Order: sequence, then structure tokens, then C-alpha cells
Amino acid sequence: MSDINTQTKDIIDIQATSSLREMTTMFFRNYAAVAGLILLITILLFVFVGPLVHTTDPFEMVWAPFTMPMQEGFILGTDYLGRDILSAMMAGGQVSLAIGLAAALVSIIIGVSVGAFAGYYGGLVEELLMRFTEFFQVLPTLLFSMVIVALFGASLLTVTLAIGVVSWTAVARVTRSEFLRIREMEYVAAARSGSARDLYLIFKVILPNALPPIVVQANLMVGSAILFEAALSFLGLSDPNVMSWGQVIGSNRPYILDAGFAVAIPGFAIFLTVLAISLVGDGLNDALNPKLRQR
Amino acid sequence: MSDPLLAVSDLVVDFKTRAGNARVLDHISLSVNEGEILGIVGESGCGKSMTALSIMGLIPDPPGKITSGSIKLSGQELVGMGVDDLCKIRGKDIGMIFQEPMTSLNPVFTVGEQIAESVRLHEGASAKAAHARAVDMLEAVEIPEAATRAHAYPYQLSGGMRQRVMIAMALACRPRVLIADEPTTALDTTVQAQIFDLLQNLQDEMGTAIIMITHDMGAIAELADNVAVMYAGSIVEMGKVDNVLSHPDHTYTKGLIACVPHLSTSPGPVRERLMEIEGVVPALTDLGKGCAFAPRCNAVLPRCSSDKPELIATQENHLAACWAAEAEMAE
Amino acid sequence: MSDRDIALTVKNLKVHFGGKKSIFGRKSNTVHAVDGVCFEVPAGTTFGIVGESGSGKSTTALAIMRLVHITHGEVTLRDTVLSALEGETLRDARSRFQIVFQDPYSSLNPRMRAGALVREPLDLMNIGTPQEREAKVAELFRQVGLRPEQRVLFPHQFSGGQRQRLGLARALSTRPELVVCDEPVSALDVAIQAQILNLMGDLQKKLGLTYLFISHDLGVVQHICDTVAVMYLGQIVEVADRVSLFTNPRHPYTKALLGAVPSVYGNKRDRRNRVRLQGDPPSPINLPKGCRFASRCPVAEQQCKEAPPMLETHSDGHKVACFLSDRDLSQ
Ligand SMILES: Nc1ncnc2c1ncn2[C@@H]1O[C@H](COP(=O)(O)OP(=O)(O)OP(=O)(O)O)[C@@H](O)[C@H]1O
Ligand SMILES: Nc1ncnc2c1ncn2[C@@H]1O[C@H](COP(=O)(O)OP(=O)(O)O)[C@@H](O)[C@H]1O
Ligand code: SF4
Ligand code: SF4
Ligand SMILES: [Mg+2]
Ligand SMILES: [Mg+2]
Repeated sequence: MSDINTQTKDIIDIQATSSLREMTTMFFRNYAAVAGLILLITILLFVFVGPLVHTTDPFEMVWAPFTMPMQEGFILGTDYLGRDILSAMMAGGQVSLAIGLAAALVSIIIGVSVGAFAGYYGGLVEELLMRFTEFFQVLPTLLFSMVIVALFGASLLTVTLAIGVVSWTAVARVTRSEFLRIREMEYVAAARSGSARDLYLIFKVILPNALPPIVVQANLMVGSAILFEAALSFLGLSDPNVMSWGQVIGSNRPYILDAGFAVAIPGFAIFLTVLAISLVGDGLNDALNPKLRQR
Repeated sequence: MSDPLLAVSDLVVDFKTRAGNARVLDHISLSVNEGEILGIVGESGCGKSMTALSIMGLIPDPPGKITSGSIKLSGQELVGMGVDDLCKIRGKDIGMIFQEPMTSLNPVFTVGEQIAESVRLHEGASAKAAHARAVDMLEAVEIPEAATRAHAYPYQLSGGMRQRVMIAMALACRPRVLIADEPTTALDTTVQAQIFDLLQNLQDEMGTAIIMITHDMGAIAELADNVAVMYAGSIVEMGKVDNVLSHPDHTYTKGLIACVPHLSTSPGPVRERLMEIEGVVPALTDLGKGCAFAPRCNAVLPRCSSDKPELIATQENHLAACWAAEAEMAE
Repeated sequence: MSDRDIALTVKNLKVHFGGKKSIFGRKSNTVHAVDGVCFEVPAGTTFGIVGESGSGKSTTALAIMRLVHITHGEVTLRDTVLSALEGETLRDARSRFQIVFQDPYSSLNPRMRAGALVREPLDLMNIGTPQEREAKVAELFRQVGLRPEQRVLFPHQFSGGQRQRLGLARALSTRPELVVCDEPVSALDVAIQAQILNLMGDLQKKLGLTYLFISHDLGVVQHICDTVAVMYLGQIVEVADRVSLFTNPRHPYTKALLGAVPSVYGNKRDRRNRVRLQGDPPSPINLPKGCRFASRCPVAEQQCKEAPPMLETHSDGHKVACFLSDRDLSQ
């Protein structure tokens, strides 16, 4: 009886053999992840397709300052210079999303490499790498990025790099602690006795198993990069020639009591973006995990 | 015979799982008298721990649920009792030792504090009296330098000592029943022997009834008075230990005894193959209507797949639920 | 099989952990996990190592597998000095010795499919064409009693016993001469344990494998090994062939160990009559200068505390490290 049963179970599993298909199925079975994906696509459409429909120049003063949303034909109102906030949200979104993703990518690449090598090799390598990490951690991040921007000029590229360079330490710590845990697992010793090289062990064996907390960290990273850019532009250190959500917040902040909406709208947009990305990230995490996938 | 100290009768426990309803315990009946040790054996997943947890009133609900049956502690019904009353009984009248002593001790309190806490909780003793009792108990479980060790944290003790602490904690309020769920599985053989001695001595002194769960037939033979063999949520054989082990009636029990490589003091020069029980324990969600062991049984009869055998007396003080055993008896 | 065909030779193996200064100060204590272990394993036979937790069994295994740093000593597989290999030559030699781990849950990468897991060593060592590897995997699956269709499943979809079969298939994929088995059946249920032990025996006969078999279960060791070594605190205290070790144990520790194993044929009286070891093994950090067993040895004398006994060969081929090994210790 049991035999027949386990067999039929196997056969069902065996039919669903393609990993990619399984992952997609798993992802789409997760309602939260699908909601996140829809939200994310909506945001992308708004930001990248929106300007084709709504062509008002975000820098142009088009009406009286602080027009309330839904008045005078301005869906999201106008800011302190009387510029259209809807246009600013679209143009600024492009920049904020790009900086957020790119800076997160930079910090993940640095953080994962540092954390992986430190955790995997241990000993002297670890000690040196972690001192290096601590050094960056104790640096006042805002000040440090200000220095970078001041030195290399305020362009999108330097801002992105500056944010990435100051925020990778958290990723490095998470990665290292996961590596420390996983490198002691017997399957790592098993792979090594199967004559695996170090790089294979690091990237093919340990990293895939260490992904879940790194993905979570990466989600946070995108959000904090967007906010970081906001802080920089608030200080006037971001590229002044481009619009970003952070800039909208920063420039309208002095008037928050008179026109809260001008700050709340970009704030809400950042919140939605971070939410969408973390829902999608969670869904991806689960979909990548075979244990959860086949239940 | 008077009323048994602890009597479980017709206990049914169901778990709701994704794959359907799992009958984790299927009409279990057993009893223990004062000063007796009842052993429960079986492969993992056959319901040994669930039996213990039901008696403790610790079945996780949901997904689990005691569907029917009764558990009586000297005549008092425990099934359906309120949480507060149950809490009083748990720890005071029934104590339990778990398999992994490290995870069941709180790492941030000293072991003395943990034992004292349970004494204070159940007996309302003063802090000082409770601490004194804790030290006494640590001495009773033969921990050297008990007074100093009472101030140790769990991680500072070896596995064997932690298990002794667990026993001390379980016995601190002098429970009448002690349930030990694989108390030595995580320990070394020589330490296991010490723990068994300890359990036996404590039982001799305090008259505690012990339910001893294990998968080690040898441990059962040397420690228990009675034994219940479980398979797929049912008791399939039960009786006096010597009788069950020397004259098993159920095919599963026979297999369990035969498939263990027994340590012999005069081994022959040739390595024989071991007896095997083929296959694995079935999933509890899709048990058929017949004998749950039928797919793995090598004595299977035609009726085995259609009728579930009931426990019947096959020998004196010895029950088995097996059609083959019943047929043999009829001959 | 001639006596002289030695597959594995281990000479004065030492593995010490810690004791190094980190560059920022702190010197840690040295753990003498393995401290001067010597033995030989004839080809096609099974050499068993028993001992309590922490005695250095796994560390010995890992050192032979070149998975931990060898502090001192020499490990030789046929003509190859494994302990001297480095880098690519070590990687190339790895196909000749493989390992099966204790925990079937943590020894298989949860993110790889069963087929890929078994094929991984072949892929890494570039053995055969991809088609040949696939065919080899199918054959291995059949050999260990799995169905080749199960290749696409993930480890968590297998039972404990099946996972251990996977571990075995993977270890056998490169056709190794030596298979090191570190407690391969300790995590399994008795019924499944019998299946795996039989499978291992069959494979050995068919493929002429040499096993180094580690276990804390004396029954299992007695069943599967030709020669048995008993370890205590990083050293071998007794080695003998299977029959002679179990019929005539000479070291007091071996005797105590044998005495601590409960037997299905035993009863309460037997257990009470046994000699008991007191206490736990001392820590491998602060080792006594005399015999390491002296603190627990029931017959220790003054000389035992002064100098360590050497492993000496006796007339019956037994090697024992004890000053009093010729005396009858039962009184
Ligand atoms: N990486 C390590 N660093 C420090 N000490 C270690 C390390 N690995 C093992 N040890 C120590 O070495 C000793 C021997 O350990 P080992 O794992 O070989 O024991 P074992 O005989 O296999 O025990 P078990 O039966 O519990 O598996 C132990 O005291 C252990 O704590
Ligand atoms: N939380 C749970 N949800 C569903 N099933 C469970 C749960 N806990 C235990 N079970 C099932 O109950 C059965 C008996 O388990 P248990 O009593 O722990 O077995 P053992 O005999 O090894 O102690 C097993 O099939 C197990 O899978
Ligand atoms: S009832 Fe039938 S199938 Fe079940 S154990 Fe007995 S003989 Fe075997
Ligand atoms: S040498 Fe002495 S202490 Fe060591 S085992 Fe022999 S008798 Fe015991
Ligand atoms: Mg259990
Ligand atoms: Mg070990």
C-alpha cells in the first residue's frame, strides 16, 4: 500500500521535472509575490511609459505653487516652485529606481564577495576582511559619501557608487555568518571530498544555500539606497540636473506643514516600491528553495 | 489488582495535514501501575512521542486533536481538562524527560534556578527552600559537587550531566508518573548505562511509575517490566517484557528483534546477513483498512489487507494484533 | 586475499585543533582530537573504529579523507602517501577514496537533485563523457536499490534510508578503493539500518571495497567489521580481529564498553550485576600525563598515573595499551 503510494508520488514529481517551470509555478502560487510583481510592473509602467503620455516638463513652472492634488487639472498637485508633481514623480522614479537597483547591486557584489571569502577561508583572510568591513561600518556613511561625491563630482554614477560603497557592510556580515554556518555542513565536506575547488564550493555549493537572508538584505538595500539618494540630494549633493523622488522630498521638506502632500507622495512611492520589491524577493526566495517548491 | 495509576484507553489523536487527516494514534490503550516501568518501542514516526505528549496534554492544537478516548491519572480524567488544571498536574504529578537535553533546558538560566523554578511553581515553596530542593535533586541524580554545579549554565555541562539535570527537574516535585522520551538516544553507551541505573534507583526509592520510550530493544529488555510495540499509530503487541522478547507473536516485533545486530560475547567468524524488514513505515494519511504492516510483512495472509487485526490475548499477559498469530493460536 | 595486501596504512596520526595565536592576541587551547593513531587495513576488509563521543573517530576519518589539517603522521593508500598530497594531485587522487557521512539530512546539498548529487564527483573530476556519466548514475542508483527515475528528485523527497543509499551511490561513483563510513547507520531506524548494513556488505563483496567503518554501536561494529579498534580520547587503546576482541577483550575500557550495551537477551538482574564506569571522559584539552583512562578505570594503579601505556602486541595478536592488560580484571 505505502509502496504504491510513494511510487505514485514520485511519478507525479518526476513529471514536473523542469526547474524553471517548477519555480514559475511556485512563484505564481504565492499570492503575495504575484501582488508584489503586479505592483512592481505598475510602478515601472508609470515611471517609464508614463512620461510618453503625460509630457509636462518636470522642471517647468506651470502653475501656482502648492496646488492641491486633483485641482486645476494637476492630479498630484504642484510643488513649491509650481512644478507638476506628477511629472516629477515619473522622471524622478526613473532615477530613483535606477540608483536604488544599481547601488543595491554594487553593495551586494562587494558585500557578498567580502563576506563569502571571509566566511569561507576564515583565519587570517577573515580577520583582515572583517577589519576592513568594520572600518567601513564605523565611517559616518553620509559624510563618507559626501566626500566621494565632492571628490568625483555629483553625477548619477558617482552617487550610485558612493551609496553602494558605504552600504555593503550589512550584506557582508550576513553573508559571512551564513558562510560560517554552512561551510561546516557535511554536504560541503562531501563536495570537497568529491574534489571540488574552492571557487566551486563558494559559488556553487555554499552561496545557493546562503541566498535567502542575502536576498532579504538585498531587498532592504534597494529601499535604503533610494532613501540615501534622497538624503544626498536633500543636502544638495546629488546631480542637480536630474529629478529624483528623493529630490522631490528634499526640496519640499521645508514646506511640509503647508503642503504635506508634496512630501507624502514621493514618500509613499518609495514605500510602495520597497514593498513590491520585497514581496517579489520573498517569492523568489521561496521559489528558489526546492524544499518549499515541492510541497 | 487495584486501579492502575495511569490508564489510557481507546485514545485517538488526529492531525490535520495537507495530505489529509493523519490518525497519529489509533485507539491506544495502555496502563502503568505504581513502581512499574512500561517500555514503548517502534520505528520513528509510529506515535511513541505522540503518546507521551497526549498524556502530558501537550499535543499541538491545531493541527493535532484528541478525537476520543480517555487518560486517567488515579481515576481523574485528563482529557478535556482545563489548561490551568492540566498545568498543575503536568510537572507535579506527571514529569517528562525529552530526547535532546540541550534544547529543552533554558540556556540563560543556571540549572539550579531552573529546577527551583519548577518547585516554586508547583509547590509554592520559598526561594530558599526551592534552591535547597534543587541541590538535593542534583545530588539525587548523582551529579558530583551538586551545590557548585547548581550554579552552572547548561552549556557548561556534558550531555550526560544535562540529561541528569533534566531528570532532576522532572523529578523535583516527586511526580507519580515519569515519561522519558528516548532519554539516552543522544548519549554515549557508558553514560546511557549510568542514566538507566539512575532511573532504576529513583524508581525503586520513590516508587515512580515510568513510561520509557526508546527504539532500543536491549534497553527495554534490561529496564522495563512491560512493553508495548507500536506501529503506524497502533499498539501491535503488548505484554511482559521477557515474554514479548523471547516469544514475540507479531511479525513486526519478530522483525524488530531480528534485524538488530546483537552484540555477542562469542561471535562466529562469518558475518551473516541481517534479517531485514523491507520497505518503510507508511504515511499515516493513507493507511488502508487492513493491517498497516501488511506491505512489509513476510507472513501476510489473505485477510490481512482487508481486515484490521485487533489486539487479542495470545499468551498469558500478552496481547498481539496479528492474523498470523491468531491463526497459529487456533492450531 | 593475502594478509600482505594492505590498502590503508595510518602511521602516528595526530590532529590538533586550536593552539594557534590569532594575529590579534588570544591564544586558544589545543584540542588533542587525534593523538598518535596507527593502524593498517588489509584490502577488501572492513576496519571498525568504536569509541564514545569526542574520542576522535570522525576526526580520524576526516584526516584520512584530507578534510582536516593533519598535524603529524602519515596516511598511505596503497603506494600513495595521501598525507603528502597537495593541490591538484590531491584533487586527482580523491577519486580513490570517498566518504559516507552520518547524517543523511545534512550530508546532501538540499539545492541539488539526486542525480546531480551522485554525478557531481564525476563532473568535478571529469570522468567519462556526459552520456557515460548519466549511464553510470543510472547504474549506481540501481546498485544501491533506488530507481533511476528518482534522479530528478531533491534530497528532502527521500526517506532517511534512501538518502543514505544516495550517499553511498555518490561515494561509489568514482569507483574508490577505500570508502570511509562515519557512522553511516547511526541516524537510521533499526529496520532501515539492517537494510543499509546488508547493502554495504553486498557492495563490498561485489566491488572488493575496503571500508573504514566508524560507529559507536558495538553491535553494528561486531556485525560488519573484520578488525576493530577501540578509541579513547584520541588514541587507540585496543585493536584486534573481530572474534578475539569480543570474546576476549583485554583493555578495561573495552570491557566496560561491552558491558554497558544492553542486550535483548538480558534482563533487569543482568543489568544490576554489571560493572559501571563512573563519570564522563576528561576533556581533550588538559590531558593527564599517565594513562588517559586512569580517571575512570576501575583497576587503575599508581603506575598508570605516571606514564602512558604503549600499544603493545600480545601473543594472540591483540594490541592493547594498558599496563595491566594481562591480568584478569573481573574481580
Ligand atoms: N574543528 C574543530 N575545532 C576544535 N575542536 C574540534 C574540531 N573538530 C573536532 N574537535 C574536537 O576533537 C575531538 C574529537 O572529535 P570527533 O568529532 O573526532 O569525535 P567523534 O569520536 O567522532 O565523536 P562522535 O561520536 O560524537 O561523532 C572532540 O573533543 C571535538 O570537540
Ligand atoms: N505537527 C505535526 N503535524 C502533522 N503530523 C505530525 C506532527 N507531529 C507529529 N506528526 C506525526 O505523528 C506521527 C507520530 O509521531 P511521533 O509520535 O513523534 O513518532 P515517534 O514514534 O518517532 O515518537 C508521525 O507520523 C508524525 O509525522
Ligand atoms: S496481520 Fe497479517 S500483515 Fe499484519 S503482521 Fe500479522 S500477518 Fe502480517
Ligand atoms: S593502564 Fe592503568 S589506568 Fe590505564 S587502562 Fe590500564 S589499568 Fe586502567
Ligand atoms: Mg519521538
Ligand atoms: Mg563523529
